[in-house]
Amino acid sequence: MAAPGLLRAAASSCRRILLAAPAGAGRPNAGPRRLLHVSPRPSSEDKVTVHFVNRDGDKLTAQGKVGDSLLDVVVDNNLDIDGFGACEGTLACSTCHLIFEDQMYEKLDAITDEEMDMLDLAYGLTDRSRLGCQIFLKKNMNQMTVRVPEAVADARQSLDMSKNP
Amino acid sequence: MSCSAGIVGCRRGPSLRFLLPKGSVAGIKRLLVSAEVIPRICIVGSGPAGFYTAQHLLKHHKQAQVDIFEKLPIPFGLVRFGVAPDHPEVKNVINAFTQTARSDRCIYSGNVTVGKDVTIKELQKAYHAVVLSYGAEDSRRLGIPGEDLAGVYSARAFVGWYNGLPENRDLKPDLSSETAVVLGHGNVALDVARILLSPLEILRKSDITEDSLTALARSKVKRVCLIGRRGPLQVAFTIKELREMINLPNARPFLNPADFKGLGDAIKDVPRPRKRLTELMVKTALEDPGEAMASRWASVSREWSLKFLRSPLEVLPMADGRQARAIRLAVTRLEGTGEAAKAVPTGEVEEMLCGLVLSSIGYKSLPIDPAVPFDAKQGVIPNDLGRVLGATGLYCSGWVKRGPTGVIITTMNDSFDTAQSVLEDLQSGALDVSGAKGGFDLVRSILQSRGICPVSFSDWEKIDAAEVARGKLSGKPREKITDPREMLELIGR
Ligand SMILES: Cc1cc2nc3c(=O)[nH]c(=O)nc-3n(C[C@H](O)[C@H](O)[C@H](O)COP(=O)(O)OP(=O)(O)OC[C@H]3O[C@@H](n4cnc5c(N)ncnc54)[C@H](O)[C@@H]3O)c2cc1C
Ligand SMILES: NC(=O)c1ccc[n+]([C@@H]2O[C@H](COP(=O)([O-])OP(=O)(O)OC[C@H]3O[C@@H](n4cnc5c(N)ncnc54)[C@H](OP(=O)(O)O)[C@@H]3O)[C@@H](O)[C@H]2O)c1
Ligand code: FES
Repeated sequence: MAAPGLLRAAASSCRRILLAAPAGAGRPNAGPRRLLHVSPRPSSEDKVTVHFVNRDGDKLTAQGKVGDSLLDVVVDNNLDIDGFGACEGTLACSTCHLIFEDQMYEKLDAITDEEMDMLDLAYGLTDRSRLGCQIFLKKNMNQMTVRVPEAVADARQSLDMSKNP
Repeated sequence: MSCSAGIVGCRRGPSLRFLLPKGSVAGIKRLLVSAEVIPRICIVGSGPAGFYTAQHLLKHHKQAQVDIFEKLPIPFGLVRFGVAPDHPEVKNVINAFTQTARSDRCIYSGNVTVGKDVTIKELQKAYHAVVLSYGAEDSRRLGIPGEDLAGVYSARAFVGWYNGLPENRDLKPDLSSETAVVLGHGNVALDVARILLSPLEILRKSDITEDSLTALARSKVKRVCLIGRRGPLQVAFTIKELREMINLPNARPFLNPADFKGLGDAIKDVPRPRKRLTELMVKTALEDPGEAMASRWASVSREWSLKFLRSPLEVLPMADGRQARAIRLAVTRLEGTGEAAKAVPTGEVEEMLCGLVLSSIGYKSLPIDPAVPFDAKQGVIPNDLGRVLGATGLYCSGWVKRGPTGVIITTMNDSFDTAQSVLEDLQSGALDVSGAKGGFDLVRSILQSRGICPVSFSDWEKIDAAEVARGKLSGKPREKITDPREMLELIGR
């Protein structure tokens, strides 16, 4: 039996752009494309701002619409979180693992067995962990902060040689 | 100074950028541009390890050229040839891999067997660094009499067969036995059991090969018994896959209540994943399944079961001496507790009739080339954070680095780690990139001289399109081409 979240995620995955692709990868116009949203531009009231604390401690701030999943937010805003969303929101990878603040965690919709099963494979599991592809934005989430868990097996600083000054 | 881009572009830590007076970064950069050498890195193997290593390197190094060599004409390793056909969502990672392969700093070449068509030494002449990500190509052997009888298969071969791996396309497993035994309690064991028991209408919509579908349609297998040498607290499969088995529409689970009574105490303090997994088994074994489930289970003719504390001793032949008839098992008991508990034989022996035995006790990596150190006992390339021990310029990632366990996310993390080591070595100068290297052009000419024609990524995309088109005809996501000659013909070779 598929969880409601799973169905929804599967349905939306066709419009998902490719994730975690290397900078500069991809030829123009090659490969699956994300379809444009056909809905009218949402008013600013429907916008929810989310802060992500990335693995290296960097803070990324982005906006999404009510009803978007946190995976949508990461993809739509091209947030640079390594390896995030490998299965494209189909509850098959746990790379979208995020850690919530206490109060917010309490307010999230109940977790399904299917999400919990996948979450059990996540790295750095905490008791405030959820899978980002299963969390859908609500107004009360505005300005919330979520943390990307440390995934690299050793605690080395990750090096980035991609950014020239 | 060995790597210009690295030093100038270092983002974290006490970046040089902040230590230098204003203006000097640009100065250094200008100075280095003339002498700039592009780090050339090649990766051996195009499974998740190869692609995630490449992805990380390309993303975090602006200049590096990262080429991938793959033995098969087609990419993606176990994502194509391991992951079960009824788990298409897992294969979504192929989209990200495709993006990597299309990078203009990445050349993918299939149909090149490293160690045979081109040696590691030759690759090292062409590249500053070589990353070995060639996975685990063999399976662990049981090492018991009767292992080679007809009717005994490695899970690897069986999986390869239903997934269209060229070397296993002609396996023709004999599915005429009503009872199948699967040895091992890992996720591959569950995959194999599920494929044997799943309704055809589900498989028919997957990318399972047509030949396998035909054979499964004629299969007589009704009971699948999964045998583990240790207990319920030591199973290696994960909860999602177990739940899927329990929810199979046309097969019922049989878990012996005696195996699960009294486990409650033992799992009080174990980490959540093991706890929930055990609770699901306990619930299935001991609790009333509810009316709907009970009536479904009563109406189906297929069954699967978990058997514990049994270690395989011998596969016994029929009178003809060729065909498997039964399996002899040593009853074991556990010494120690938890994950580290050991199975020791009690001396008691049992026999179980079965004409089909699938050995799912793990995959195994093989050495690739005499130039690469290999730990034959552990079945891995000895390494420190992905740096091959005693071999500067050689790295490894994935199953050949860690051993044949771990899901894609595990492989992803460890590949990022290895890529990180490469980046560090580029930055520190441990990896010497002062001399220009011939890269792919050099390898191509070596291959050409040996009559080897690499299959490019755009060639693969033609094969891919042909497979998808064939699949459409029968309502499948794709019909895999399993004959390498046919693949090569398709791209005009
Ligand atoms: C049956 C099965 C099902 C699985 N299902 C799942 C699942 O549902 N979800 C999940 O998360 N994980 C799953 N896994 C685990 C996952 O597949 C592994 O974690 C991952 O594939 C390991 O990646 P790798 O790149 O190290 O090895 P591989 O995927 O095996 O890739 C190695 C590549 O190297 C190539 N190669 C080998 N020798 C050479 C050579 N000499 N020269 C050039 N190339 C070479 C191979 O052809 C292959 O393409 C499954 C594993 C198996 C065995
Ligand atoms: N859906 C998925 O996510 C999925 C699907 C398939 C595979 N995978 C992953 O791929 C990896 C490989 O899977 P796998 O099933 O091949 O390996 P595995 O998880 O290591 O399981 C191997 C099983 O074989 C047993 N075994 C080993 N040697 C034995 C021997 N000599 N005699 C009897 N039993 C023996 C092990 O028992 P002991 O514990 O006693 O050694 C264990 O139960 C795993 O990490 C798995 O999770 C994931
Ligand atoms: S994106 Fe894979 S589980 Fe959420």
